Amino acid sequence: MKSLGYKRSTTQYIREWCIELFLLASASAAIFVTLAIVFILISESIPFFKEVSILIFLSDTQWTPLFANPRYGILPLLMGTLVTTGVALSLAIPVGTISAIYLSEYAPARLRETVKPILELLAAVPTVVYGYFALLFVTPLLQKFFPSLPGFNMLSAGLVMGVMIIPYISSLSEDAMRAVPMHMREGAYAMGSTKFQTAINVVMPGALSGITAAYILGISRAIGETMVVAIAAGMQPNFTINPAESAATITAFIVQVSLGDLPHDSIGYQSIFAAGSVLLVITFSFNILGFLVKKKFRQRY
Amino acid sequence: MDQLSKEQIKKLIRSHKLKDNIFEILGLILLLCSLLVLLALIIDLSTDGAARISKSFLTNFPSRFPDKAGILSAWVGSTLVMFVTAASAIPIGIAAGVYLEEYAKKNLFTAIIEINITNLAGVPSIIFGLMALGIFVYKFNFGPSILTAGLTLGLLILPIIITATREAIRTIPSAIREAAMAVGATKWQTVKHHVLPYSTGGILTGIVISLSRAIGETAPVITIGALTFIAFLPNAPISTEAPFIHFDWIFSPFTVMPIQMFNWVSRPQQEFHVNAAAAGMILLLMTLSMNAIAIYLRIYFRKKIKW
Amino acid sequence: MVIQNGKTDIKIKAESKNLNFYYGTHHALKDINLKIIDKSVTALIGPSGCGKTTFLRCFNRMHDLYVGNKYDGSLLLYPENINIISSSIDPIEVRMRIGMVFQKPNPFPKSIFENVAYGLRVRGVNRRSQLEDKVEESLRKAALWDEVKDRLHGLAFNLSGGQLQRLCIARALANDPEILLFDEPTSALDPIATAKVEELVTELKNTVTIIIVTHNMQQAGRVSDHTAFMYMGELIEFDRTEKIFTTPGKKLTEEYITGRFG
Repeated sequence: MKSLGYKRSTTQYIREWCIELFLLASASAAIFVTLAIVFILISESIPFFKEVSILIFLSDTQWTPLFANPRYGILPLLMGTLVTTGVALSLAIPVGTISAIYLSEYAPARLRETVKPILELLAAVPTVVYGYFALLFVTPLLQKFFPSLPGFNMLSAGLVMGVMIIPYISSLSEDAMRAVPMHMREGAYAMGSTKFQTAINVVMPGALSGITAAYILGISRAIGETMVVAIAAGMQPNFTINPAESAATITAFIVQVSLGDLPHDSIGYQSIFAAGSVLLVITFSFNILGFLVKKKFRQRY
Repeated sequence: MDQLSKEQIKKLIRSHKLKDNIFEILGLILLLCSLLVLLALIIDLSTDGAARISKSFLTNFPSRFPDKAGILSAWVGSTLVMFVTAASAIPIGIAAGVYLEEYAKKNLFTAIIEINITNLAGVPSIIFGLMALGIFVYKFNFGPSILTAGLTLGLLILPIIITATREAIRTIPSAIREAAMAVGATKWQTVKHHVLPYSTGGILTGIVISLSRAIGETAPVITIGALTFIAFLPNAPISTEAPFIHFDWIFSPFTVMPIQMFNWVSRPQQEFHVNAAAAGMILLLMTLSMNAIAIYLRIYFRKKIKW
Repeated sequence: MVIQNGKTDIKIKAESKNLNFYYGTHHALKDINLKIIDKSVTALIGPSGCGKTTFLRCFNRMHDLYVGNKYDGSLLLYPENINIISSSIDPIEVRMRIGMVFQKPNPFPKSIFENVAYGLRVRGVNRRSQLEDKVEESLRKAALWDEVKDRLHGLAFNLSGGQLQRLCIARALANDPEILLFDEPTSALDPIATAKVEELVTELKNTVTIIIVTHNMQQAGRVSDHTAFMYMGELIEFDRTEKIFTTPGKKLTEEYITGRFG
């Protein structure tokens, strides 16, 4: 084989190859992190489930791992997570969606470009600061209207969490709405629709999967949120659906144990990995759901 | 069907327009309410904590006496942890983004990497903490150290940096790559001379955003067992004597700003809550100004390069 | 390679032999046999999608940048007589010898100087004086020197469309290419800028072999010595430009030239 003259040196080939290998290794890091998460949660939960049957874990309504006579039912923690998430969503979904419609369909471009980054700052505030705000501003405020509200309650924690996830919902929904092609809107306007009717009848259905993906991300954030609930909702497991009571979530329990001094091999300590596994399974399911919805979204446009 | 009279049509339009206006006002009000909450939060923290901000607050260690307590160990800890986080996440994140955009072939392996990155971005931060507790603290024996915390937060923000890098690279037209290749540049030369320099703005924005997220993270750092009461500083990384640069600080126990704030919030005494508000003010100032920098960078670089 | 043609010897710079090209399963080039004559301008014409750009991009292996593309047959470069599309040949080495100017000007967002010097830097030339000499020489060859000599270190984006395209030509010339590929270089330019680029092409053929893809038949007539007419991935006819435009040998060519389709 004849050479072309400008033969590249062997070192250059080797360098190119080494660089590609390094880049590939970096990209593979994501796989290792996922594997590490799954491996640790499973391997550290196994000793726990040797002591406690999965059936009891999933059906007992008491969670008292630190008591002398411990009981390990995840339901109270799960309920705490569900109630705080429910409160957060019942604030964030309507406010986030309406804000998104306003920004996408009504707001002048300059207002939108100014407000959107500021709104996104709501998601940038550290969660521990939100915890402070919930405990020492929102709860006292609510107590003025409901004097019987305890100092720790899921209501104010949930509401503040709701504020925190508004930008996730509004930003992503707005992106989806703006991706709806103009000619679809024109069809509605040509028949005499108002902006509101166009938004409801054309834009929202057109952006449905994007909006759904935004909701799912919001739900997943609320379920995994830790500091707001740990600070403002209390750390006592409480099997209740009443948001005005105090209760611990799965995440708050993990924080509580981490703050304490339990020995590494005690069952109380291992219980945080079992609780973490439940949390991962739930958020993982929502991630998959969001992924599927988004995939459908991509096919449409 | 009966034709609507002109009067009826007018009436109908009026009611439609009314609904339209009501909705517009509602949207504006809700939007303003969200911004109002942000404002309320800032004002609440400031009125509670401003009085406590002083030089001694920044230079004192935590203390049993609220008026003597300060955040020295917390901000030093946060700075050192961020240093490890940045040093681990930035090179890996950019490299991964470059690989996926410029090198990766469309195959199953690439698809698996992409799914993993998307998924990791949605995993709650506290789960990262549990993973780090199992791997870094116990398997690797790093203990609850600055190194463990830095790496944990590094992994947590990795998906943000990867995604930002990819989006920045994607805006570069392929004509530019072809132009470089056409004069005989290798793939890496194309990346080094063109792809990376032209996507600096987007990547930098992503890095600043991700670090602002990491600096406010509390849950994973608590989970790995960071202490809440630290009355000493890690050994200095630089000294005036040889060998000048030291690394023993990375195995030092530590606390960070958000944990210090959490510790003060969870105490029953009102005086400590004031400290918490002051610490929160500083924390908020740090994260919000980092976000402001990111917004500025985005606008600055958008103006600079037009394709 | 030299072939005898009556009295004069004609030097061949490159030759495709049974060249086939596939975009995945799409068979884009079918058995192309064509000789590119040294130090002359060869125009590739034909309707959109006929494969002329695809053929052009084979010469500097641009297709290697995207997956699923496959070459078959041979594309020989003389005088070494090597098959530049063979997988054992490094595409980067090919591109070091065969330059390309694209449809739309695609300058790097760097200074004018750095744009032209880039190819040299890739080759490891870093001596300032050497770079300066070569940049000036290339810009002069591209008839751009007088317009930009005072702002060599200004951003290239600030030039006009025609100037940008000449900058891209200078960038390619700095590498002393043996063949220069032009892919519809004037399609994004106004008539005056087009005239300048065409003038440049005619001048350059004294030093470099040129292949130019164009959809503009007047342009092919003005600048080229030889013309190849392609249709549906096949080479229909190849001859001297005057012959193609006055007495084409094939009916299809005649129909295209006279504007009955395309």
